[in-house]
Amino acid sequence: MPTSIPKQELMMSGHAACAGCGAVLAMRYVLKALGEKTVVSVPASCWAVIPGNYPAEVLKVPMVYTPFAATGASISGIREGLDIEGKEDYNVVGFAGDGGTADIGLQALSAAMERGHNVFYIMYDNEAYMNTGIQRSGSTPFGAWTTTTPIGKDRTFKKEKKKVVADIMMAQGVPYVATASVAFPEDLIRKVKNAKEIKGPKFIQILSPCPPGWYHNSEDTIKVSRLAVETRVFPLYEYMNGKFNLYKTNKFVPVEEYLKIQGRFAHLKEDEIKEIQNFVNERWEILLKKEGN
Amino acid sequence: MNGLLSPGKYFADGNFASAEGAIMAGCRFFAGYPITPSSEVLERMSRRLPEIGGHFIEMEDEIGSMAAIVGASNAGLKSMTATSGPGFSLMQENLGLGIVTETPTVVLDEMRAGPSTGIPTRVGQGDVMQARWGSHGDYAPITYAPNSVQESFDLAIEAFNAAEMYRQPVIIATDQVIGHLSESLVVKPPEEYTIVQRLIRKKREEDSKVFSFSDDFIPMFIPGTGFKGNVDSLTHDERGYPSNEASVEKEMLEHLIGKIKKNEDKIIKYEEYEIEDAEVVIVAYGITSRAAKHAVKLARKDGRKVGLFRPITLWPFPEAKIRNLGERIRLFIVPEINYGQYSHPVREYGCRETREIHFPPGEIPDYKIILKNIEEVFP
Repeated sequence: MPTSIPKQELMMSGHAACAGCGAVLAMRYVLKALGEKTVVSVPASCWAVIPGNYPAEVLKVPMVYTPFAATGASISGIREGLDIEGKEDYNVVGFAGDGGTADIGLQALSAAMERGHNVFYIMYDNEAYMNTGIQRSGSTPFGAWTTTTPIGKDRTFKKEKKKVVADIMMAQGVPYVATASVAFPEDLIRKVKNAKEIKGPKFIQILSPCPPGWYHNSEDTIKVSRLAVETRVFPLYEYMNGKFNLYKTNKFVPVEEYLKIQGRFAHLKEDEIKEIQNFVNERWEILLKKEGN
Repeated sequence: MNGLLSPGKYFADGNFASAEGAIMAGCRFFAGYPITPSSEVLERMSRRLPEIGGHFIEMEDEIGSMAAIVGASNAGLKSMTATSGPGFSLMQENLGLGIVTETPTVVLDEMRAGPSTGIPTRVGQGDVMQARWGSHGDYAPITYAPNSVQESFDLAIEAFNAAEMYRQPVIIATDQVIGHLSESLVVKPPEEYTIVQRLIRKKREEDSKVFSFSDDFIPMFIPGTGFKGNVDSLTHDERGYPSNEASVEKEMLEHLIGKIKKNEDKIIKYEEYEIEDAEVVIVAYGITSRAAKHAVKLARKDGRKVGLFRPITLWPFPEAKIRNLGERIRLFIVPEINYGQYSHPVREYGCRETREIHFPPGEIPDYKIILKNIEEVFP
């Protein structure tokens, strides 16, 4: 079967990301879906350095850098500015990490979505502040080691549950909200294209594994991404025109399969893994009910 | 032993020293946000504070970090945050809150190349004026500028002591090189350090002036100890209640600025090197002072009468000292890793010709450039 992934490359080689970086795949697929009439706004994050130094020409589309807290505000301004210039056919994309979205950028994001600008906000979720050295974020899952939730004799691994920004966006009534995975590129691209059909704010959260931050082998990025979906740790869904669709996995895969190939979870004890399984099961039930409504 | 760093000699970097110095000073609350080059302070605190009964929170941003340490201090804990330029910019409003509510706390700003994101991993000294004037309105900040790992430790203690004594946020304006530089650090037994404990208001008298303007050192009241006080960011009177009167603003500001001004002699610290017979004096701080000292040594070998004045407290400005020097020397040279900031008060108070050396942020100052400038002014 031929793939539906567009051939056009708008993210080139020569980037400064680590081997196996999920965030790089996320950008590559998003740009394939949107095409060259796209402006990207990036805050402090891995993607602030991934484009690399001259002569690396990684992004074939213009990038406007913004402060850490301001992606939502930045894309609001770019959008309105381009519209005044008559460039309504350009896609305006905020491309921010989980720290820049779930934590410092949440206020600007929520405000931009509420005002209803015709923008995309892509959250590449690598579940910690990877660019500054793996500090926990609001999007870091329960149980994970980070450099600010260290595993010393006190085992202060992250004790709080992941804040799922896509859920917040749905609760806020954003017209298009989806979660996506780099292991399912056709689904990811289809979602971005669906979002493009909506004139208004769009939010997509893409799970983007980080080999040095998650302590998994760099060749396992897709495997980890796929397991996140199959174990229902990171459910894929789409919320459009008030309708919620959940991607149902075929068979039950225990969360342990996902956790055990990542060093950031290596310290977890049996009861803690069970706790994570319970969180995952509970959330799955909530999502199923949401679909039923 | 008691969770404090054991006495002895360490090979450590400035970030380690700043964190451990703060803990030695009694810091038991840290709220911060990841930012290069100060993240190691945050990381160390996340591990160390739970070990010694303190509390660490990683906040959602630097606005939150600064607000949380002001909050924790009002709840009775010695508190601290660490950041770098972009985060320091975000903290400015809450820093002003700490000033006006007279809340002791410590802010470590590890300067990197700016403006904006700049070069996160490389040194700058572009925040020294922001440390002085960054928050709106009038105030008199206290700012330390360590130039070694040892000073990072010692001045962290000093900064906490000053914060507790004068009841206001105290800034440590260190830089990326000092933060990441590894060298020897000597830690003394805890009892050999002077640690200032804040005065706590024990009993509320009727109509108590909890923000008395007539005393420099006033006890704090802590919520949960029987007080129903008002900690107000509005201009307030001695009872802590807001006022719209210019006369109250005048009284409050004269207290806030006056408590620092009157005690300048106790606060201001500096180092002098080869200054007695100097015709030319270099004023340098932080990592730049180390390059400057080397240049002075070399110039002295050639018989050039040059000295080094190193402010250890950048603010309050060592006004009297610089004025006296200005009266007897013929030139100041101010090398900085910026495009001329600290040179301005040196020129203003020194009333003497002042030559600026602008090192572009991004690299350690080259002593040869300072030496060349010295040679140029000695015909």
